[in-house]
Amino acid sequence: MERKTKVHAEAGKQELFITREFDLPLELLFKGYVEPEIVEQWMGTKVLKLENKKHGSWQFETADAQGNVVLRSNGVIHEFVPNQKITRTFEMEHTPFPVQLEFLEFEKLTDDTSKLTMHIVYKSGAFRDQMLKLPFAQGINMAHNRLQTILDKLK
Amino acid sequence: MNLRRDVFQAIADPTRRAILLLVAAQSMTAGAIASNFDTARPTVSKHLQILTECELLSQEQNGREIYYHFNPQKMKEIADFIEPFRNMWDDRFNKLETIMKNYKPKQ
Repeated sequence: MERKTKVHAEAGKQELFITREFDLPLELLFKGYVEPEIVEQWMGTKVLKLENKKHGSWQFETADAQGNVVLRSNGVIHEFVPNQKITRTFEMEHTPFPVQLEFLEFEKLTDDTSKLTMHIVYKSGAFRDQMLKLPFAQGINMAHNRLQTILDKLK
Repeated sequence: MNLRRDVFQAIADPTRRAILLLVAAQSMTAGAIASNFDTARPTVSKHLQILTECELLSQEQNGREIYYHFNPQKMKEIADFIEPFRNMWDDRFNKLETIMKNYKPKQ
C-alpha cells in the first residue's frame, strides 16, 4: 500500500512536517478536526474541551483499557480559520516535554480530495528527536503491559 | 561523536541524498560520482567522506580504484527511527478518512 502520510524531519532542526492527502473534500476533512465526537474516534482519546476559536483552548484525555488515565494533553488555539488553518499549542501534562507549536494547514486539491500539512515547532532539536522516539517507547510499554496482564492471569 | 545525529546530518543535505541514490543503484568511484554534479570535486569528496563516516557508504579497493558501496542496513536504521511516529499518524489519519467517508450520507 502507498504510504499516504509523510514525515519530513531534517537533521539538527527543531521542527518537522507531517503531510497527508485525503480522499475527502476539504470541508469534511476540516469537520473531522472540529467535531469533538469525531476527534475522539480517530485520535482514540476523550475530548474534555475543544473551543474552536481564536484564543480558545482544548484538553484531551487518553485512558487505557482499564479506564486509567495515561495521558492528558492541552493547549491554546491561536488561530482558527475554517477550512484553512488552525494554529495551536500542544502540551503533555505531567511530562518533562515543553510545549510545542503546531501550524495546521488545510488545502483543497480537487472537489473530492484535500491535503493537510502539520508543521510542528519544538523547543529544541533534541526535544523533537525525543518526541519522535516516543511512539516507539510507548509501543514497548504497551507490549509490557499486555505481558503483565497475561502474567497476572496466570497467578 | 553522536553517530545517530550525524546520520541525520548526512541525509539532510540534498547533494548527499543525490549521491546516495546514485550509489544505491550501482557502486561507483569518486570520479564517476563527481561527474554527475556541477559541484567542485573537493566538495563532492567532502560529501563522500561524511557519508562514509556515517557508514551510509563503504569504500572498497578494486585494483587502483576505490569504489563506494551503499549500506542499506544503515539507511534502514534511519527509517526505523521515524517509522513508529509516521505509523502513529498514518493510523490516525486512516481512521479520520474512514470516519469522514461514512459521514457523507448523513449530510
